[in-house]
Amino acid sequence: MMQKNAESQLLYAENVTKIFHIRNGLSSIKFHAVDDVSFTMSTDRPEIFSIAGESGSGKTTLARMLLGMEKSSSGVLTYKGRDLNRLSKQDKRRWFYKEVQPVFQDPFAAFNPLNRIDRYLYETVKNFQMTSKSEMDRYVDHVLQEVGLSLAEIKGRYPNELSGGQAQRVAVARALITRPSLIVADEPVSMLDASLRMSVVNMFRRLKEQQGVSIIYITHDLATAFYSADRIAVMLRGWIVEMGPVENVLGRPLHPYTRNLKESIPRADPDKKWPRTSGLAVTDIDEYRLTSCRFVSRCPYAMDICRQQIPGVHQVDGRAVKCFLYDPKVVGEENAARHAAGLLPTPSKVQ
Amino acid sequence: MGNLVEVENLRAYYITQAYGVKRTVRAVDGISMTIREGEIYGIAGESGCGKSTLLRVLMAAHKPPLTVVEGTVKYVFGEMVVNALEMSEQEISDLRWKEISYVPQGSMHVLNPVRRIQDQFHDFISAHRQVSKRESREMTRKYLTELGLPESVLTAYPHQLSGGMRQRVTIALATILWPRLIFVDEPTTALDVVVQRGVIQLLKDVQEREGSTIVLITHDLGVHANLAERIAVLYAGQIVEEADARTILKTPRHPYTHYLIHSLPDLDERVERESIPGRPPALDNPPSGCRFHPRCPLAIEKCKNLEPQMVYLNSNHRVACHLVTEEIGLVHDAEKR
Ligand SMILES: Nc1ncnc2c1ncn2[C@@H]1O[C@H](COP(=O)(O)OP(=O)(O)O)[C@@H](O)[C@H]1O
Ligand SMILES: Nc1ncnc2c1ncn2[C@@H]1O[C@H](COP(=O)(O)OP(=O)(O)O)[C@@H](O)[C@H]1O
Ligand code: SF4
Ligand code: SF4
Ligand SMILES: [Mg+2]
Ligand SMILES: [Mg+2]
Repeated sequence: MMQKNAESQLLYAENVTKIFHIRNGLSSIKFHAVDDVSFTMSTDRPEIFSIAGESGSGKTTLARMLLGMEKSSSGVLTYKGRDLNRLSKQDKRRWFYKEVQPVFQDPFAAFNPLNRIDRYLYETVKNFQMTSKSEMDRYVDHVLQEVGLSLAEIKGRYPNELSGGQAQRVAVARALITRPSLIVADEPVSMLDASLRMSVVNMFRRLKEQQGVSIIYITHDLATAFYSADRIAVMLRGWIVEMGPVENVLGRPLHPYTRNLKESIPRADPDKKWPRTSGLAVTDIDEYRLTSCRFVSRCPYAMDICRQQIPGVHQVDGRAVKCFLYDPKVVGEENAARHAAGLLPTPSKVQ
Repeated sequence: MGNLVEVENLRAYYITQAYGVKRTVRAVDGISMTIREGEIYGIAGESGCGKSTLLRVLMAAHKPPLTVVEGTVKYVFGEMVVNALEMSEQEISDLRWKEISYVPQGSMHVLNPVRRIQDQFHDFISAHRQVSKRESREMTRKYLTELGLPESVLTAYPHQLSGGMRQRVTIALATILWPRLIFVDEPTTALDVVVQRGVIQLLKDVQEREGSTIVLITHDLGVHANLAERIAVLYAGQIVEEADARTILKTPRHPYTHYLIHSLPDLDERVERESIPGRPPALDNPPSGCRFHPRCPLAIEKCKNLEPQMVYLNSNHRVACHLVTEEIGLVHDAEKR
């Protein structure tokens, strides 16, 4: 059943978990940096799927597993039906690394300052044997055009001669060389200013619409996620706590953590300033290791059960949400329905 | 409120010579402004418009190839007026950290990687004040707790902390001696929203409790909206508009300011947004006339050749745009006869 389902999907993740051991004095502690994560992306229709959350929620660890850079500790992770933990080196090189391409946070980190920037593009074309030598310039120019640049603009230039936005476009162009079906972009805009951020996510939308490339857009910038993504998964200390179409999840967030994230976005409007209060995270490892809801120390709606048990996932108002407020067995049918309609109880504590 | 910093017609260029070719980057090109005691003064604008360069000169921390070619920067400390660009090394170091403090862009990398956080605080505090190790520790512990940082950071090395933690630690370090004037460069870029909110609240607390003056640079207008009292918008090394935060954000008059605000994604509704067309110009050869004219959808003929003049709409609001000058019925000096 699972296998059949997995095969028809571009990406299929079921209960994916990554365990890390970290040294703590003489002993070692274990925690689930990515914990029981499940989601799918379909081959039928390209989409921008955003994975959002504060730092230390497991986004990069998940990205590294999706990119085949790291093995999962348990769970099932398949790309076009093939198990990522079982790909041979050769399959990875010949097939998977062509299909799934990364884009990272710091575009300059990928480029050696002493090498001309076009060299990376030519090398990638050669490594994956994408075209003949005589067609190389045309090919490279073509991918650069797709990101709004041209070979003429960047040929012979060194990384320090490019702006951050240009460098990030070149990084995306490099990713496009192998004609991937999926791009995994980990915080691609967080070093850029607001207008460059918009130009990068506008480019993602064009790539999806015109080239049919699916994109996993990992970010802590909820504003550009709301603007560009089709679906979103919100991560909290290894868990996906809310997932669904972005209009639902960010338009009308239900999980208290998603609400907190949305309220924390600074708005360019003097009438929408933050209230003075805000729950600040304790260290991520402390929250990771809770055997209860991991948001409990910051949640204004926390109930007794939240300190004792791990909440289940509930399908509510067009999204999945992992929180006791939506569990009819805990709060009763009537309250669960009220909460789902956005009427949350009066916060029990102000932080 | 008195003035704390007075800047007049400041020009600071990067002047370099390579293979006999001289290159001049006009990163700060004719800026005048006044920073008032106790306020949070925001400086906004796209990457590369000269924000960090301006800050370096404002705190007399510039060095070659950055050269001040014209203008003055004065600090008004009560009765005493200090000409910042004429201070000796000794005078600069006397002011630094106690009176004037600086949180540079990417400052989380300035922490010493081989010293524990509490030792770095002790080094810093004891360099400026007579304190015992125990006193500096207590001071540090109390301060960090107020900023919502767990005590465990005290004994940590920088690499053991997340980026957000390191950033808060550096801000704490720069402000623990309660300086009068604090310059902060992009303190929250690359931090997630939750941490960012903590950092901003911390800056606000510093200012409110001690009456410090903060000059805050960020491209993020959302951060300005939450923190700044007045905002200057920079474009290609020049101020194009300055006003109280509400006016800048709600009723800006300069086309560039308008664009900056309206290209931001909307959080209430998913509507189409267009990024500002084109790119900021290279400052070794800025456009003639109004520097924004190649990107400005409202440009008129004279924008190409004639540099707009700064006009005051009221004592708090000034703009440099030909359209505004015409609208309020003023005539450009060059057009008077
Ligand atoms: N190789 C590793 N060994 C131990 N802990 C790690 C490792 N990589 C990441 N972590 C920890 O896992 C958690 C999640 O990290 P990460 O996936 O980088 O989150 P994010 O990208 O959301 O900031 C953090 O607490 C981080 O310190
Ligand atoms: N050391 C340098 N040498 C030459 N040009 C520089 C140097 N540092 C910055 N610049 C240039 O000065 C201009 C302003 O840069 P900067 O002050 O860093 O802008 P911002 O902080 O607004 O991003 C840019 O065009 C930049 O390329
Ligand atoms: S499960 Fe409880 S503590 Fe966790 S988010 Fe929901 S209400 Fe808050
Ligand atoms: S002066 Fe002209 S080009 Fe410049 S902002 Fe005004 S209208 Fe646009
Ligand atoms: Mg990450
Ligand atoms: Mg800067």
